[in-house]
Parts: sequence; structure tokens; C-alpha cells
Amino acid sequence: MDITFLLNGETVELRDVEANTTLLQWLRETRGLTGTKEGCNEGDCGACSVLVTDHDGIKALNACILFLPQLQGKAIRTVEGVSGPDGALHPIQQAMIAHHGSQCGFCTPGFVTSMVAAHHTGRTDWDDQLAGNLCRCTGYAPIIKAAEAASEVAPVDWLDDALPDVSEETGGGDIMRPASSDELAKQYRDHPDATLIAGATDVGLWVTKQLKDLSPVIFLNGCGDLQKIEDTGNELKCGAMVSMVALRNALEPIYPSYAEMLRRFASNQIRQAATLGGNIANGSPIGDNPPALIALGATLHLRRGTARRQMPIEDFFVDYGKQDRKPGEFVEWISIPKQPDRLRVYKLSKRFDQDISAVLGAFYLTVEDGTVKEARIAFGGMAGIPKRAYHVEDVLRGQPWNEETIAKAWPAWSRDFEPMSDMRASADYRLDAARNMLTRYFLENLGAATSVLEVTA
Amino acid sequence: MTVAAPLPHDSAELHVTGKARYVDDLPSPAGTLHLAFGLSAIARGRVTDMDLSAVRAAPGVVKVLTANDLPHANDVSPSIHDEPLLSDGSVHYLGQPLFLVVATSHTLARKAARLADVSYDEEPPLLTIDDAMAANSHFEDGPRIWQRGDADAAVANAPHRISGTIEMGGQEHFYLEGQAALVQPQDNGDMLVHSSTQHPTEIQHKVAEALGLPMHAIRVETRRMGGGFGGKESQGNALAVSCAVAASLTGRACKMRYDRDDDMTVTGKRHDFRISYEVGFDDQGRVLGISFLQLARCGWAQDLSLPVADRAMLHADNAYQLDNIRIESHRLKTNTQSATAFRGFGGPQGMLGIERVMDHIAHALGTDPLEVRRVNYYAEKDGADDAPKNTTPYGQDVTDFVLHDLTAKLIDGSDYTKRRAAVAEWNAANPVLKKGIAFSPVKFGISFTLTHLNQAGALVHVYADGSIQMNHGGTEMGQGLNQKVAQVAASRFGVAMSAVRITATDTSKVPNTSATAASSGSDLNGMAVRNACDLIRARMADFIGRYHQCPSDAVEFAGGFVHAGDNVMTFAQAAKLCYENRVSLSATGFYKTPSLSWDRIKGQGRPFYYFAYGAAVTEVVIDTLTGENRILRTDILHDAGTSLNPALDIGQVEGAYVQGAGWLTTEELVWDNKGQLRTHAPSTYKIPACSDRPDIFNVTLYENANAEDTIYRSKAVGEPPFMLGISALLALSDAVAACGAPYPDLQAPATPERILKAVQKVQDA
Repeated sequence: MDITFLLNGETVELRDVEANTTLLQWLRETRGLTGTKEGCNEGDCGACSVLVTDHDGIKALNACILFLPQLQGKAIRTVEGVSGPDGALHPIQQAMIAHHGSQCGFCTPGFVTSMVAAHHTGRTDWDDQLAGNLCRCTGYAPIIKAAEAASEVAPVDWLDDALPDVSEETGGGDIMRPASSDELAKQYRDHPDATLIAGATDVGLWVTKQLKDLSPVIFLNGCGDLQKIEDTGNELKCGAMVSMVALRNALEPIYPSYAEMLRRFASNQIRQAATLGGNIANGSPIGDNPPALIALGATLHLRRGTARRQMPIEDFFVDYGKQDRKPGEFVEWISIPKQPDRLRVYKLSKRFDQDISAVLGAFYLTVEDGTVKEARIAFGGMAGIPKRAYHVEDVLRGQPWNEETIAKAWPAWSRDFEPMSDMRASADYRLDAARNMLTRYFLENLGAATSVLEVTA
Repeated sequence: MTVAAPLPHDSAELHVTGKARYVDDLPSPAGTLHLAFGLSAIARGRVTDMDLSAVRAAPGVVKVLTANDLPHANDVSPSIHDEPLLSDGSVHYLGQPLFLVVATSHTLARKAARLADVSYDEEPPLLTIDDAMAANSHFEDGPRIWQRGDADAAVANAPHRISGTIEMGGQEHFYLEGQAALVQPQDNGDMLVHSSTQHPTEIQHKVAEALGLPMHAIRVETRRMGGGFGGKESQGNALAVSCAVAASLTGRACKMRYDRDDDMTVTGKRHDFRISYEVGFDDQGRVLGISFLQLARCGWAQDLSLPVADRAMLHADNAYQLDNIRIESHRLKTNTQSATAFRGFGGPQGMLGIERVMDHIAHALGTDPLEVRRVNYYAEKDGADDAPKNTTPYGQDVTDFVLHDLTAKLIDGSDYTKRRAAVAEWNAANPVLKKGIAFSPVKFGISFTLTHLNQAGALVHVYADGSIQMNHGGTEMGQGLNQKVAQVAASRFGVAMSAVRITATDTSKVPNTSATAASSGSDLNGMAVRNACDLIRARMADFIGRYHQCPSDAVEFAGGFVHAGDNVMTFAQAAKLCYENRVSLSATGFYKTPSLSWDRIKGQGRPFYYFAYGAAVTEVVIDTLTGENRILRTDILHDAGTSLNPALDIGQVEGAYVQGAGWLTTEELVWDNKGQLRTHAPSTYKIPACSDRPDIFNVTLYENANAEDTIYRSKAVGEPPFMLGISALLALSDAVAACGAPYPDLQAPATPERILKAVQKVQDA
């Protein structure tokens, strides 16, 4: 397909781009813009971070898992393009020098671009903004000092790119790029063998790590109608293309514990790109959204051509690697019921930020007059699919909400789950931690301090 | 004077603008070919059949090489020629290179490398320390044993005795820039090698061997690395040699860089150790006798494992006087990646052994571990009255032991005593979360223990316009070595930093260099550059003195001017004048560390020129339901001597601490029972992220001119602060200890899982 975008302020028009070429490859190998580095080629280290401006504004994304067709109509700035037109360094660049924020310098361009995006949008939650940028030299302290110092300086005016005017082109060759969910439904029904690419945070690795050639492909980022969140009063209707950042913002006032989990979901770069639909549809047993959605009783809406159907989200996950999805059928939207906030989501991983969960537990218990009326408990990382703890729920339901009941549920856990041991955690640990999460939920209800993230020296 | 100024890294502006070039960023000649290895899928056995037809037929493939196609030496070992570049048919670990693909692009080479059809005759691999011990699989002829006094008798006769074991995992370097090399053929079959290496001379040597050429035919250039940490001391050999061989066979430039997964699968890491101890002590916790068993998993090839294991033994005392000690060290050969150099080079493992013992003793006595450490410290001064006391187990006198004063200042500055009480109070009020606090000291020996490596060369030119070009044998991997050395040069000539240009490390400018390792970069190269500068300066002073009729020692170089009696000229004018009067303005400098003598078999002598000191206090919190944990505050006081550049030195301390804490907390290497490394990418191997640094992080340099005559009395700072991270593990152990009476016995890395296990154990007791 042919694409048009801005690169460091200049219009670039490319003909017949391939679906499998990443922005990072193209920048380094074709354009000779070697400031953008390859550190891991899987979106974990952030050395390849670039600035991408679209209709939502400016953000930092990982160029290593961004395919060229995704750039259609956008403006890209690499580290070579963040200085002023007269060569003046950006305040972030100046502060990084003044505060000794670089040592070996290899991660630095990625830090600079991430920091410039945050600076430009007025963010100061630096630990979250930079969770997707790894540095092995500095221990981060001087980088944060630089960020904080630069926060005192106003944003610059040279980064606001006017987006190129592009027609809603629908791809070309073996690349489809529908402009709406209706178009998508038609194209996917006709090409059920196509790979759907939303944020490419997972599919990107099929190319960079598994070395697959994807063809045909359908890029979903033209489907603006799937990027909406609608509040109907009773529920939130979330389009499949809603990003983790948008979802977090929408959930913050309703389910703050879910939003806090999303704060730790991957990294800022990934959260800007990754979509809710993608996190569900790929069926990973360690996707972080499904357990939370199951605990909330969310409904999944699927579409194939003009046919639509819906199901409780837990029914979608049939077995490891197997979802209840027909060829040509796609996740269109997810409805999340609005109800009193009894939800707690506990994400357990070796590292707090940007780590895949060893165990993710989501609890929604309704307690009336000291008795458990209803319990919805779901886990990731405990089985081949995101899975409800039916036996545990059964033990709790109708029982007094106290430590004896929690103890009584002890044997039920191993009836619900037979987790595996892998590099993230052992089976024993997973089971113990899952059980303890119910205790944490109980103690948290009583007002006990249970989060190490809220403790200070 | 420019020395001691907190100047930014010399490449800081290049870093932040993306203009700093690393090997993969160099413009490559048209037609450059790209390389990738095909890797073994088993950990041990023999290749019975290797069908490479699909590899050869793959798009873009120009050549596929096996061991039989190599023209000369098939070896990339830095030590005993036991590391073939490509397998000779035997397989020693999962991930061992079997064949080499040469293709027109990096991606095509990688794709082709996966198309081989390989059959194996598989043998059960030796993967763990237990496997290797059971099979008696050792490097060298067996264990090394060093002893002083009679440890067994002293332990047996002591009022108190404890024993224990600590496992400590390895560590992936995770330099952000993966291994890379680019080789361009020159006249006569000579090769120009660009390599991301800490050891250009070794690359030169191995490439020469592989091509059957003398070393003068090979020039290696290293401008900078995107991080090294020891991981580029020997692990770059394979890429440079591969590129040189392919370049020689095709006549085209060849480039190779590992994809991150390949990098982590192929290359060596920090040695994991198991250290067992038996210790006897008195009521104050003073160690009367101690014996250590150090088991080091070295992987399949020897690499640098012997000096690494030696250094673990050399740091088994850390800061403590141990009169009756026995250390038995096993260097175990296993079917895993060949463990290699990593910041601290065995020191961290040895030191963690004794720090764990101090912690255990304090727990057994119910006293503050700080006090146990203090009663065991070496004496303050090595005075005539207590001369026999301040001697390490290997017989080196500790002449400048500053930890008494340094500790007092840190304890005071960090408010340790009050905070320790506050932690206990907090724990009494919180059933789920528990805090812990710990102090730990560092005494780290500076010098290569292979004595002949303690030498360096430099080449300095003063041009007729007064600009200075400086070169030395050290390599820049982020530590700011070039800036520190440039500060030395600017100081010697009394000129501004802008007058000094640092150039890439180049084996044709300075020959026979040592690796930039052992924290020795500034010590050795700073001195070599100083000596070169002083030769030139003396020639200039000699001439200018005669010219202006004043004694040459009255000629002064300062503030960009040269003063000779009443005559003043700019440095540029002086340089021009010297040139016009045929004074040589170029010199080589050389330095060798004095006073070293070391017998590694006996374990006796003076392996170190001096010691660097430091100490840290870390406070943490753990969750007793999940094992989740965080560092809340860290205070560090560190001895960099008279710092050449305090800003760069503080940067080293901060970075080293976080890396050290990472080693002992989140960084877990996991192999499966086939020998496959399961944590082979940042998605599964977790180095500290931004929010993992301590919430409060106070780092101060301790004012302490080096007692030895080092460059401007500074001290090496690369490795010593890494071991300050031990305080994080001890603080976690302290938090676990708040959950019950038994000793926590926390193993490393202390992942949430290990912490929860330790909590459960002390709670259940």
C-alpha cells in the first residue's frame, strides 16, 4: 500500500510498502537515521521510542513493533527531530546533559523521546511515563532529576506538526485498511485467513521474533468507530480498538483498582498502542484484562459480516489457544456493567512495572449484612485460560464474610486451579499467592495496609 | 584545574541528539554482508547430521560456513583454547553456534539460520551445581583451597557455632547495545575491525589467529559501547572473528549483531554460586574461625572463570579480620553458557558469603548486625603495634582501613539507629506488611589479579595550533573514562577541555592493551596519559626555558597560558614556537602498577595495589501475603579517593547500586531441564525499571585521598559500589525476620516467590 506521513517535519510518501517492515528497520536501514536504537526488538526496552502525533496528540511509541502501514496520515519525530529548527536543544536534552542523565548513551535517544512526549503533554508521573525505557547504567536517579528540572520549562512550539492530509485509503496489495467496522466486517468475512493488526504489540513479535511473513493483513487503525467508549448509564461500551490508556482513563472514576492495574499494564509506549480487543482476542492466559472483565461480569460482542452475537466474556475462552471465535469473526466491542465498586484487581509479577503477570487475581464480592451474597473471582496465570474460581465462589456464597470462611475455601482453590511452573513462578507459589489474595481482599476491606506501593520510608 | 570538576560525559550532547555512533550505526560500505549463527537445540551430545541445504537455498544467502570451512584456528576462547567458534561436532550447551550464515541482510541471515535440519546424538546434560559435583566435573584439577590458621579447630572450640548456605543466581549483563562487529577488508588481506568490545587487543589477537595473520595485519577500533559491564570482555570475539573470516572469504565488508534473544542465549553471564559456611564466634559476634565452601557454576568453557573464582575467594573476608579461615573453591564445568566477567568479577559472590555470615551471627545473638560487623572490622590503622592484625587471609596488609570512620558518618547521616527503632515499631503495628533495614560495607581490591595485565599505554599529540589529541588503551562503555582521562591531559597542559580531543580506542595507536576491566580504566590509562603529557611538557618547558632564559622547571602551564619568567604566551603560541624549533610534540606514555606480587595457587601475596571502600544503608518493605517488595530508601557513602570527576563517580555509584540490587532481587535466570535458558529476553528477564530505584536515594562521596600514589590520588569506582546492593538483600532478610523467630535463610535473587517462601518458613516454625 502507499502511505504518506511526516518524518521530522518533512512529508514522506512511500509506494508499495510491505506489511512486515517495521518503522525501526526503515529508519535505520533505509533512511540512515540511526539515532533510534534496537535494544530488544520486542517493545520491552524502549531504546527505539519515537514520537508519533495523530489526532489524539503526541505520544511515544516503540518503533520496533510499529509497521509502516500504521503510519498513514501521522507525524513521526525521531531523536534527530526533537531539537529546534535552529539546532537549539530541547529542554529535555539540555536537562539530560546538565544532570548527567546519560552514561553509555544507548538508551538515551529512547529516554529523550519518551520524556519529550511527556513534557509536551504536561505529564509529570515520570515513573509511569518511563516504565518502558530501560537503562542499565545510571540507576535512573539522574534521569528523573533531569525530567523534573525540565518540567519547570514550558513546552516548545516546534513539535506541533500539522498532520498530512490523506484520503481514507483502504490499503493495497495484500494489505487491507478498512475505515470503519462495517468495512472491516466485510473484508474479514471475505478474507478470514487475514491477520488482524490493531496495536501490533503482540503481532509485532510474530514478525520480529518468530520471523513470520504476515499476509494478507488487515490494519485496524483506520476504524475510528471501534476506538470509542460510550457511557450508557448502565454500562461502558468499549470498542475493540480502545487503547489501554483510554480504558484506564475511563475506568479510573468507576473502578480505580482496575485502573491501577492498567497503570502497571506493560509500559506507556505499549499502553498507547495496545487495544482492549487485542488483549482479549489473542486468548492469552496471562492477558491482564480478561480476569478483571470476568469479575465484573462483562459481555463480549462478536461480529462476522452482519451477524452479531454476544456472550459472557468467560465463555469466550475455551481452552489454551482456543477461543469461541469463528473464521472471519472479530471482537467488536465489550460492555462493562457499572455497579458499586467492589472490584479489586491484584497483579503479581517479579517487577512492578512492565512485567507479565505471574498471577493476576480479580475479585468482586457482594457482602450484605456480613454475608457474602455474590462472588465473582477470576484469575490469569493460573490455568491455560483466564478462569473463574467457581469452587471458591461456591464456598464463599451465603457464608459469613470472615477469616473462617476464607480458611474454609482453602481446599477449593486446588479444585479450581492446577497452575503450572514456569520462569515466572512455580505452581505452589501461584496457588499460595492466589489464596492469599483473598485474604488481602478481606483485610483491605477492614482498612489494613496491604500495598507495598503505598508505603514510604 | 579541570581534574576534579564535575563535567558531563564527553559524549553527552551526542547521546541526547542521537548522534553518538555505535558499531551498528556506522555507515557500512555498499555490499556489506550480514551474519547470523545457527544454534544448537540440545545442551550436550554430538551432531550426527547437519543438512544445511534449505539454509543455503534461502533468499539472500551468500555463504554458509561450518567448522570445516574455517581457514585457520577455530577458537574464540580468551584463555585456554577450549571454545570453538563453530561446533566441531560436539555440543556443550543449548545455544552453541553450529554454523554461520552469510547473507545480504540481517533479517535474511536470521531467517535462513532457522532452516537447518540437524540431528543429534543426545547425552544427559550437566546443568546444575549438583549435577557437576556429582559428576566431579571441574575446571583445573580440582578445588582450590586457601587457608590461614586452623579454621576447623577454631570453629570447634568457639562458644557459638552456626552453619548455613546461600544460593546466589547469575546475572545477565543486559548491556542495552547487543554484541556487534563490522569488518572491512583492506590491502594485503588486512582487516579493519569495528567491535563493541572492552578488549580491542584480544579481538585483534583472535582475528589474527583465525586468519593466520600476524597481529600487525589487524586493526581494531572501538569508539564506544552501549554498555559493557564485563559482558564485552571476551564475548565479542565470536562476532569479530566470524565477520573477519567471512570478509576474508568473500572480499566484502561483513557485519554481525546478535538479536537480543540470541545474545542472551549465546553469551555468558555472571557466575551463579552456592556458598556454604561454618562459623564459630564469641558472645560479641567476633568470628573465631570460619570455613567456606564456594561452588561456582562456570558453564561449558573456561573463559575467565579461574580469576573470577579466585576473586570470590579474595573477597571472602570483605572488611573483616579473619584469623582462622579455610576457603575451598570448586570451578564447575556444566552444559550451560560459559559464565564470564561481570562487574565485580566474583567479588560480589565472595562478599555476599561473608555478609550473609555476619547477618546470621547477629540473628543468632539477637544483636544489631551493624555491631557484629564493627567488632569484626579490620583495625582502623595498620600501626606498628597491631601490624600482624590487619592482614587479609591471603597475606596482604590493609594499610588504610577507613571503614570505621566511613561507617560512623553513614550511620549518623542516614539516621540509622533511630530508623531501625522506627522500623521495629512500624512492624509491631502492621500485620501484613513488614519493613526491614540493613547496613553493609564494601572493601574491594583494585588491580587485575593476573599481574601482567596491570599496564597501560597512551599516545598524545600536541598539534602546532595548540590542540591536543589523546589516545589510550582503555575503552568507553559509558563510565566516562575518556572524559576523566581528558581532564588529566587538560590539567597537565593547563588548557581548557575544548583543547583536548579524545579519539576512538585503536590498536594501531596503542598496542598490547589490557581489557578495560577490573575498574582499572582511569587508574592505568590516566597514568599512561599523564606520563605521555609530561614527556611533551618537559620537552616544551626545556625549549621554552632556554628560549626565554629561565630554568625549565620555572616554566608553568596554567589557564591556557605558558609562563616563562616574565614571558607569557598562549599554549597555542607555545606549541607553534616549539614546532618551529623542531621540538617533538608527540609522545607515548606507559604505566605499570607498582608493588604487586601474587601467587594464585598458594593464595599468598599482594594481588591488589589498594582497596576502595563504601557502605550503604537500605530500607525496604515486603508484603507477607505475596512476597512483593520495594526499596524505600538508600543512603550511600562511597570512597572514590580524590575524585577525578565527582559527577561521573556518583553516576557510577548510583548505577552500580541499582544493578547490584537487581542482581539480588528481580533478576532471575531460569533454565529448564533441557538446558534451555527460559529468560532470554527483557520480557522474561527483569532488570530494574525506573520505579525500582529507591524512593529516597542519597549518594555521597567520602573524602579520602588515596594512600597510594594513583592518578591525582583518585580511586577506581566501576565495580566497588556494585556490592552496596547487598544491603538490599539483607534488608529484605531483616523484614522477613520480623515474621517469626528462625533465621530467614533468604536465597538470592529474592524474588517475591523466594520472599514468600522465607516468610512462610519463619511463620510456620
